[in-house]
Amino acid sequence: MRLLIKNGYVIDPEQGINTGKNLFIEDGRIVGLMSYSDGVPEAAEVIDATGLIVAPGFIDMHVHLREPGHEYKETIASGAAAAVAGGFATVCAMPNTSPVNDNAAVTRFIIEQAERANLAQVLPIGAITKNAEGTELAEIGEMKQAGIVAVSDDGWPVPTAGMMRRAMEYARGFDLPIIDHCEDKSLARGGVMHEGHWSLVLGLQGIPAAAEEVDAIRDCALAELTGARVHLAHVSTRGGIEAVRRAKDKGLAVTCEVAPHHWTLTDDAVAGEQGKPAVTEGAVPYDTNTKMSPPLRSRDHVEAILEGLRDGTVDAIASDHAPHHADEKELEFDQAPFGIIGLETSVGLAMDLVKHAVISLERLVELYATNPARVLKLNDRGSFRSGARADVTIIDSESSWTYVATRSKSKSRNTPFDGRGMTGAAVATIVAGRVVFLHPDFSRLTASRASAANRAK
Amino acid sequence: MKHLLGIRELSSEQIVHLLDTAESFRDISKREIKKVPALRGRTVINLFFEPSTRTRTSFEIAAKRLSADAVNISVSTSSVSKGETLLDTARNLEAMAPDCIVIRHSSAGAPYHLTRVCNAAIVNAGDGSHEHPTQALLDALTIREHKGSIEGLKVAIIGDILHSRVARSNIYLLSKLGATVSVAGPGTLVPREIAELIEQGVRVEQRIEDAVADADVVMVLRVQRERQTDAFFPSMREYAVHYGLHLDHLSLAAPDAIVMHPGPMNRGIEISSEIADGGRSLILDQVANGVAVRMAVLYLLAAADGAEKPAIEEKESESREGGGVRGRTRHQKRGSRE
Repeated sequence: MRLLIKNGYVIDPEQGINTGKNLFIEDGRIVGLMSYSDGVPEAAEVIDATGLIVAPGFIDMHVHLREPGHEYKETIASGAAAAVAGGFATVCAMPNTSPVNDNAAVTRFIIEQAERANLAQVLPIGAITKNAEGTELAEIGEMKQAGIVAVSDDGWPVPTAGMMRRAMEYARGFDLPIIDHCEDKSLARGGVMHEGHWSLVLGLQGIPAAAEEVDAIRDCALAELTGARVHLAHVSTRGGIEAVRRAKDKGLAVTCEVAPHHWTLTDDAVAGEQGKPAVTEGAVPYDTNTKMSPPLRSRDHVEAILEGLRDGTVDAIASDHAPHHADEKELEFDQAPFGIIGLETSVGLAMDLVKHAVISLERLVELYATNPARVLKLNDRGSFRSGARADVTIIDSESSWTYVATRSKSKSRNTPFDGRGMTGAAVATIVAGRVVFLHPDFSRLTASRASAANRAK
Repeated sequence: MKHLLGIRELSSEQIVHLLDTAESFRDISKREIKKVPALRGRTVINLFFEPSTRTRTSFEIAAKRLSADAVNISVSTSSVSKGETLLDTARNLEAMAPDCIVIRHSSAGAPYHLTRVCNAAIVNAGDGSHEHPTQALLDALTIREHKGSIEGLKVAIIGDILHSRVARSNIYLLSKLGATVSVAGPGTLVPREIAELIEQGVRVEQRIEDAVADADVVMVLRVQRERQTDAFFPSMREYAVHYGLHLDHLSLAAPDAIVMHPGPMNRGIEISSEIADGGRSLILDQVANGVAVRMAVLYLLAAADGAEKPAIEEKESESREGGGVRGRTRHQKRGSRE
């Protein structure tokens, strides 16, 4: 089974490639890059990628697929379908399912369900502690054998520094990174949005930035103490970004990710249109689709995230895709669950950063492919090295489109981005050499690009 | 105005109109037959998810004095613990075609949720720590009654600012009508951001004495006993000593200062009985004005097409006095500047 992706513009930061090339794939593996003039290998299927960007398959290292236990929100199959529609060849599933993924049986179940769906590859993340309760270590070694790529207690962060130290030391022995959702619950307890002007105006209990910052600083100190690999999830605060920057300066194995909503929106979104509570068209106040953890922050924190994306402090972009049923999100703001879906809006929102010259396209590929593979030590992907898994994401950086939540492949619709106009999107996703997602307009799109290119000649 | 959800989104003109209308309704409660047919055939539902005696009774009396049919629903369970969701409750009530739903709820923003599924006019009777607009209106009516005008007054608000919907609504209303506001309370209950809540700024004082100095109006907020167990302050005794309003504080205020409290009071804690029962206390005037304010709100929202009737315009021009006129003039000045 041979596949040639021809006439595309290949970006592979790992190998320092940023040029027009054909990509040749055979039997689910990368064979290599070829010149446009090399012609089509015998018996190869061809995808014309004229005018498009061809990148190593994107990895979303932080999603919630809800299965087992909460299949009414999402299943592994529906989540994997949303993943490939958003351009992701690989997603990492957080363990806060029911039961919690704290043992090898659950890990194997997730992998089997994902194989059955046969879309994006799903790599499970195991719990750090049993039932994510923060008191006893989970069977990390067993789960590693079953296929986990990291450990995390995500939404229920390990509460004490002493327990976190043990976890780091133990996980180090299995060469697994610890992914921490930094949130000191004694500071955040009861909070439902960022603490600041808008929480005061809306009368909602705030979550101070310090709740994230003190835990980020704690984790960096513990990374130094233990020598473990520590990855801070969805960093949303200036203090969090600064902690990672300092740790990296010291040479510690600390990395971090940010989520698209945290740079796209600010906390005034909770107050509706232009932050002015009023029952008017457009955004409504107290929209529970603006409620997530960590919460949308104020402008200064957003600036810090953008700086981190620009200067390399931020390693990865992850969506924190968190589906919830409409019935749950229809509750009062303080009663509704935290979280929004994000697999199908992630790349579009990141392309905004390219459009506004915050980051380059090359850096975007680094954030979605090269770095997540490095952080998780997934040596078989994240690059077009010969012999790597043939995971490919094809990006159209120019087309304008509108995100319509009801067309989402996810089972849930909880997003603040419904109806948002975007420029640029993933238009094809290839997983292990198999085309698992092709934008409905793909052939029309490339035909028009090809004829434009011919005219130019 | 379709709903009354908060003071923050009202213009000073709308506020003055509400106060003027309330003033015109005040006399009805002093008549022998305390009833006018203004809302005959209209239905007002009082939907209370939090215990309340004063506000619920006040809305009920207001509706009945306007000849509306008032229905009271007290729901003790929250939507998460059991039973149907707030929106389902609202949809069911809406199906019975009420003209107005008055809602009290412990979750901030609950009245906004109702507007998504109801055609009825929604009145916020207190939502979490967000707003309590009719309380601020009745406070303003009381102040206007005794001071003539709100513009230029110095108002001190003392107590738990962090959790108080009364404080927020009052800060918006008083500043929109030209008063300056200072606040004081324990550091744990006065968020730093309050200083910049409004464009004009709020003066934040550490000591109650500094907030009260030269004040024309002193508003004391109720302290919730559960704040002590949540470690916002060490004991009721210490609260009373440092943040309770005593007679000697009043000597620092303006000579004709008035004292207000939204009730229910904790005597001897946030306010001493000497003040509460003294000549400067307007606490019972507030309660009386509450009925007039709620009559005005229900009338303006639930009367035919929810729009102002010509009749009210007449009443308005007859009854408008000092505060109203000045308030409006001031707004026009601001309007031309913007």
